[in-house]
Amino acid sequence: MFRSQVGREAEALLLPPGGARPRRWADRTFRGALTAPGLVVVLLVAWIAVELTGAAMPAIRRFGPAFLWTSRWDPVHNVFGALPFVYGTIASSVLAVVIGVPISLGVAIYLAEIAGARTARLLSCLIELVAAIPSVILGLWGIFVLAPWVRTVVEPPLAAVLGWLPLFSGPAYGIGLLAAGIILAIMVIPVVSSVSRDALRAVPQEQREAMYALGATRWEVIRHAVLPYGRSGIIGAIILGFGRAFGETMAVTMVIGNRPQIAPSLFQPAYTIAAALANEFSEATSDLYLSALVEMALVLFAVSLLVNGAAQWLVSRMTRA
Amino acid sequence: MITPARTARRRLVTDRVMTALFLAAIVVAVAPLVSVLGYIVAQGVSGITWAFFTRLPAPVGEGGGGMANALVGTLTLIALASCVGVPVGILGGLFLAEIGGGALGWWIRFTADVLNGVPSIVVGVFVYALVVVPMKRFSALAGGIALGIMMIPLVMRTTEEMVRLVPAALREASLALGIPWWVTTLRVTLRAATAGVITGVMLAVARIGGETAPLLFTAFNTQYWQAGWDQPIASLTVQLYNYAIAPYDDWHRQAWAAALVLMAIVLVLNVAARAAGRPRSLGG
Amino acid sequence: MTTLRNQALSDALARAEPAGSVGAWRLRVERLHAYFGRVHAVRGLSIAIAAHRITAIIGPSGCGKSTFLRCLNRMHEVVPGARVEGRVYLDGEDIYAPYVDPVTIRRRVGMVFQRPAPFPTMSIYDNVAAGLRLAGVRDRRRLDEAVERSLRQAALWDEVKDALGKPGTSLSGGQQQRLCIARALAVGPEVLLMDEPASALDPASTSKIEELARTLRETLTIVIVTHNMQQAARVSDNTAFMLAGELVEYGPTPQIFTRPGDHRTEDYVTGRFG
Repeated sequence: MFRSQVGREAEALLLPPGGARPRRWADRTFRGALTAPGLVVVLLVAWIAVELTGAAMPAIRRFGPAFLWTSRWDPVHNVFGALPFVYGTIASSVLAVVIGVPISLGVAIYLAEIAGARTARLLSCLIELVAAIPSVILGLWGIFVLAPWVRTVVEPPLAAVLGWLPLFSGPAYGIGLLAAGIILAIMVIPVVSSVSRDALRAVPQEQREAMYALGATRWEVIRHAVLPYGRSGIIGAIILGFGRAFGETMAVTMVIGNRPQIAPSLFQPAYTIAAALANEFSEATSDLYLSALVEMALVLFAVSLLVNGAAQWLVSRMTRA
Repeated sequence: MITPARTARRRLVTDRVMTALFLAAIVVAVAPLVSVLGYIVAQGVSGITWAFFTRLPAPVGEGGGGMANALVGTLTLIALASCVGVPVGILGGLFLAEIGGGALGWWIRFTADVLNGVPSIVVGVFVYALVVVPMKRFSALAGGIALGIMMIPLVMRTTEEMVRLVPAALREASLALGIPWWVTTLRVTLRAATAGVITGVMLAVARIGGETAPLLFTAFNTQYWQAGWDQPIASLTVQLYNYAIAPYDDWHRQAWAAALVLMAIVLVLNVAARAAGRPRSLGG
Repeated sequence: MTTLRNQALSDALARAEPAGSVGAWRLRVERLHAYFGRVHAVRGLSIAIAAHRITAIIGPSGCGKSTFLRCLNRMHEVVPGARVEGRVYLDGEDIYAPYVDPVTIRRRVGMVFQRPAPFPTMSIYDNVAAGLRLAGVRDRRRLDEAVERSLRQAALWDEVKDALGKPGTSLSGGQQQRLCIARALAVGPEVLLMDEPASALDPASTSKIEELARTLRETLTIVIVTHNMQQAARVSDNTAFMLAGELVEYGPTPQIFTRPGDHRTEDYVTGRFG
């Protein structure tokens, strides 16, 4: 009696939830029933790749890799080069990172190193709510609030002081690359700040104390001990933010001006891949036109795989260490 | 002797300045939220009328009209998406938490995170090629599938996290009673994690309810009540987008009203999710 | 009770007077209380630490000895919710006076922690130079000199002189701890606080650290917290026994270990204490 009970308990311990080898057929079936949905995500990603590649094939065959660096986008004559869209996508995302990352790091440092636990929780909540604003609402706000503000408040002084740089030359439109960069920065900040906050929190207290014990001020502790230790997590966060920015569609479409051009000035309108898809996909008249659009979607997809893969790897390395 | 030297004072000042800058970053990060909410309320309230919730959109120039069909459409799409996303997400999350310790689990977790980062417009293009092209028409079904795909990784990862919070002792106690593993997982583990899983689903719903890009060429849009699962369907977000970029003041007013309703739904879901997730009591 | 303890304390102080240097106290602590939120970790502790001596603080875990140590260079307040009352005089000046900057105190009272924590992104050289660089020293020659001197003092120079550019984390555990000692010495502190510096190390590294402490005594005042009574007996000149946040007994090490005046001390040093 006693022996059997002990035996059963031992068996339960030897067969933990991750049980090496459920013996009953029901357990085995259940195992399969859980594994299949898990595999669905893997299947989906592969399927997306196959489906998009297939649909993009006509354009890939017709234009080859030059698709990415020629800039004639002419649906009437069925000639498609994606360079203006590639440029707009990269430029707006880089702008978002340039504007958003310093702010995100400031937020992350404040939350992880300075604010008390309760304040940090409240502020984290507010910043998560920024991430919860639907993109299309941010776009609406962008059209009617942000763009006029950029046109009247941001661009004139920038032009007055830095107008000699081509980057800040020309008339103030409001709608354009700068407005897109700002709105993307707003969307990127919650992601970058929360991931880097976690990276900073993962820094062992000993590192901070060792720096304090050398007579460092709090800023010096952050600068010389905390930030260097958490750097791979922070880099992961930035890459993740970049990934979030370049695939973003609605808000950008609504404020970037949607003009396929490569202008030197940030005040000028531009066009992104995602915006082109949103505007032109359901109106694509020829098969080749549609195929060219799908090829751009494929580019977005491929870059998102690379960027997110790299970021996940960096962040997980940080939290595992 | 313990008087701060010049460098020490400079370091102290730098410290204070940096602290002030970090605080400023918080203000800058939260300011858009305040501004967006403020404008939505200020601009949207006047558009919230009985007609907004009960009438179909009116043709240009006619004035009046509402977004009843878009509101119902959004709810329909969320329901369709949940049929896809919730079961797959929860079971997949159970897999990750219960038996996903090995290499396969690592890959699935990794792919789920990557899928979560795939731009929503790309999911739209995929579902277009997958569903819209063979059916030769935009449809509610296609929209629901697109949103459902986006839901899967969201629900999966939160479910995993919540199930992991269930103490091992609870599982072991059940297994030690001779209850099979599959019954234990469903009746004990999953039940203990119910509040958390519901939180995850609500957050996922809040997220996809605000999506526009994947619907543009799957669910498309319509000015009428939906005619069936294989017909185009209206949604608050697409309607909002169309109204916002149109040149009519009356439509802009309706767009702000739609934004107010949508934001309210998203906020309520977020707050409710937090409330549901808070009591982590594992009793029942 | 209070008078009795004060009596015991003054007796202990009298006994602890280092021969030949009467009144050479480096640190004097008066009625020190330390709190973590609601936890009262150090309860009205008074003690005087002799210059150029090694003072060991012993006691069961949770008795507040580490907290007490961290009050001596104002490290305690780095932890959120921590609070200190009472006075700590460093060479006669109150380090808790409102005008005193904790940063300057920490340069004069260095600290070595339980687990070696070299900065992983810095080389061995940069680890040692970190404190000086914070203080604004940029002159390469001065830094070179200070790094070599500190590494020699920490008995690590011969092992790492050809690998100064390697990351500090590439060293073994014992070497890392000596690197941390060198790092603390580089800024030229008057007092070195050691919080169980050898508890994470193997016996060979432990004896190296102990040896090192004995040599450093020539130039520094050392306060060492340890749960290892043999270690306290081996290295220290004076020993203080703490229990539940209070100082039970303080005196010359041989006396504490052979003829303790308090039965609780006796119970503890003879191993009869829980």
